[in-house]
Amino acid sequence: MLIKTTTRAALIAALALTTAAAWPRVASAETVLRIGMTAADIPRTLGQPDQGFEGNRFTGLTMYDALTGWDLSSADKPSVVIPGLATEWKVDDADKTKWTFKLRPGVTFHDGSPFNADAVVWNVEKVLKQDAPQFDPSQVGATATRMPTLVSAKKIDDMTVELTTSEPDSFLPINLTNLFMASPAKWQAFYEKAEGADAKAKTQAAWTAFAKNASGTGPWKMSGFTPRERLELVKNANYWDKARVPKTDKMVLLPMPEANARTAALLSGQVDWVEAPAPDALPEIKQRGFKLYTNEQPHVWPWQFSRIEGSPWNDIRVRKAANLCVDREGLRDGLLGGLMVPATGTFEPGHPWRGKPTFEIKYDKPAAQKLMQEAGFGPNKKLAVKIQTSTSGSGQMQPLPMNEYLQQALAECYFDVQLDVIEWNTLFSNWRRGVKDPSANGSNATNVTYAAMDPYFALVRFLQSSMAPPVSNNWGFINNPKFDEMVKRARQTFDPAARDAALAELHAASVDDAAFLYVAHDVGPRAMSPKVTGVVQPKSWFIDFSLVSMQ
Amino acid sequence: MLAYIARRIVYVIPIVISVALVCFLLVHITPGDPLVAVLPADASQELAAQLRAAYGFDRPLPVQFGLWLLRALHGDLGNSIATGRPVLAEVMRAVGNTVTLAIAAAIIGFTMGILLGLIAGYFRETWIDKVATSFAIAGVSVPHYWLGMVLVIIFSVQLNWLPAVGAGPGGSAAWAWDWAHLQYLVLPAITTSVIPMGIVTRTVRALTGDILSQDFVEALRAKGLHETGVFRHVIKNAAPTALAVMGLQLGYMLGGSILIETVFSWPGSGFLLNSAIFQRDLPLLQGTILILALFFVFLNLLVDIAQAAIDPRIKRG
Repeated sequence: MLIKTTTRAALIAALALTTAAAWPRVASAETVLRIGMTAADIPRTLGQPDQGFEGNRFTGLTMYDALTGWDLSSADKPSVVIPGLATEWKVDDADKTKWTFKLRPGVTFHDGSPFNADAVVWNVEKVLKQDAPQFDPSQVGATATRMPTLVSAKKIDDMTVELTTSEPDSFLPINLTNLFMASPAKWQAFYEKAEGADAKAKTQAAWTAFAKNASGTGPWKMSGFTPRERLELVKNANYWDKARVPKTDKMVLLPMPEANARTAALLSGQVDWVEAPAPDALPEIKQRGFKLYTNEQPHVWPWQFSRIEGSPWNDIRVRKAANLCVDREGLRDGLLGGLMVPATGTFEPGHPWRGKPTFEIKYDKPAAQKLMQEAGFGPNKKLAVKIQTSTSGSGQMQPLPMNEYLQQALAECYFDVQLDVIEWNTLFSNWRRGVKDPSANGSNATNVTYAAMDPYFALVRFLQSSMAPPVSNNWGFINNPKFDEMVKRARQTFDPAARDAALAELHAASVDDAAFLYVAHDVGPRAMSPKVTGVVQPKSWFIDFSLVSMQ
Repeated sequence: MLAYIARRIVYVIPIVISVALVCFLLVHITPGDPLVAVLPADASQELAAQLRAAYGFDRPLPVQFGLWLLRALHGDLGNSIATGRPVLAEVMRAVGNTVTLAIAAAIIGFTMGILLGLIAGYFRETWIDKVATSFAIAGVSVPHYWLGMVLVIIFSVQLNWLPAVGAGPGGSAAWAWDWAHLQYLVLPAITTSVIPMGIVTRTVRALTGDILSQDFVEALRAKGLHETGVFRHVIKNAAPTALAVMGLQLGYMLGGSILIETVFSWPGSGFLLNSAIFQRDLPLLQGTILILALFFVFLNLLVDIAQAAIDPRIKRG
């Protein structure tokens, strides 16, 4: 009996000890989210990422904040600009090129140094002031073009800065989402230790060191970095926005440029989340209980028309006919397996910049054929058009099959479409050269997809006549005084609601003019393990990883 | 022998300069903007000119080549346009990973190739020969990226035995020679090994068959030499050619495979080249091609010297 009781007591004690020992481990078990990116390399980590908006998504908005940010909290509403490290801003009533930004108090960089007006000035000068020690040409390209009118920054007091633009520009707060705040104190420490033959070499060495051990104010902190292989981020428990303190302890980002490799990594449990899984594997992904997220992205897959003298697209009936002749739902449900949203403009209904176009873009073949006949074309007199496109490319979705689909569709509306297929980087470079350049190779439309996050990228650079090459991407030399006037009005309207209304008018006018052949919006497909919860995929290029939990 | 080695080294110098020139010109004459990685298509003309000057792309090509070659001779291959990191460090890290993969693949491919080749050669025109030859033909015929994907589907996705991608649980920087890491090497190494395995099998089979039909083998057997002794003579006679073929195959493997390394996200030189090509990162592209070409040149040199050591007749040639 005594032995039995002793044994029993020993067992209970052992159980209690085991439970007690296990409890803290369970409570403190680290949660890790592993993500397979489509990028072939970790986007730059030094504050201004490369690789477009995928770069901003993974190494920009995670580790850094900008003065303004994007609302990524809803999957249904359009993602709009909200305060970030600036709490409020205002344009000067007397001089519309001067803006005052009030900064968020109590924010610190990951290294503990304070975020203040000096830090803002320092970060503006890293890309705009060529004689500043921190000026880095490699960060200029991806940044300066996204805030084309910003020229300088001045400290008013510790928590106030004045930003100056080259012309009155109400888009500035939107553009500033692209300027991420890196820690001047951390960089300075690297600069002082850096070795180099001259100041330029020292600057470069300091930025290289900073990229390996970065410091921003964002919800995630850098904890490990192997170039081209992995970036490890840990949660910033002291993040200033308590609602956005990450719910996962650690996030590991892995470059996996090959779609099948990413999908295999997900299905074999090596990662928890993949961007853009292989389309052919979607049924298996769903069948195995993995979750698939999609949402309309601010992205447009278009044909951008030539509008120079002699272009067949100068006739609005032809432009409208092309827009009415494409069965976009058929393209979505057939070729693309549901992974697109039919485009009826740059912005879809519900977006503040959509407006009320009178020309309804839809599939109406008889109406398209009628328009073409009115323009003088028919089954025996087809209109020859030539489109420059690429075999692949960032945001291009499936350019060849999609263009072949359009080729067949438009043939029924008396178009004879010829494709000029070239390599992606070449197509991208040609975009800037314009239709008059020999690189257009006789094409009268180009097929370069574009991001539509802000008004400049979505509308202005294509529609304003002064944006024609070599200045920007008005490839087809659109020259419409009405558009020019509308752009000017939108840029000089500083009340946000009125500015949005002006942009909506501009967008509606561009749809009514059938300025492009609008085909598709990408949906940013991503697949993930059932263990991943709390995902909100907004109508944006970005996503808030802070909301994600691991079960 | 020393004179032979010196002569071979002198031959290498013009080859190296030509390789440097060709790889510089090839990446510069391709269409597109060299600053596409850091310069968006809507950048202003002023900004484009400013960056072009900052990166030295505004200078004439011969000047750019001269400066690049001069720096390369001092061990400086410049910095990557896309990442800003030194090219040499990037390339050497990637090459190290490719060497790991190539050696693993060589061990599998050469061992299997020699074994199958000898068996096929010894049992020529029998069913054993046909089976071994079928393996060899399959090895050189199967697209290796396809094989890689099939292996991943079977062993990673369906059976969950081996990892699908990557170079270890903590990446190649934390590489260790234990099973936790080696399991990441298995599938890419098998995939990489199939072509060398096929080529070595066919070479060794042909050599073994030829040597066995030569008069001296008859003479050895007539003198009563045991078959093991004959086998030793066969191997010794087949070795120089087989070694040359294996050297070339190792060279190809050390060059990395863009397809295999991309399929397995193996961070080697092929993966690096893929990234450099798609980002149009000229300094990285030039540096990677140059280092890989130099590897190949020096590997050939080593093979030539090894051949000469094994077969003294080659020195006279």
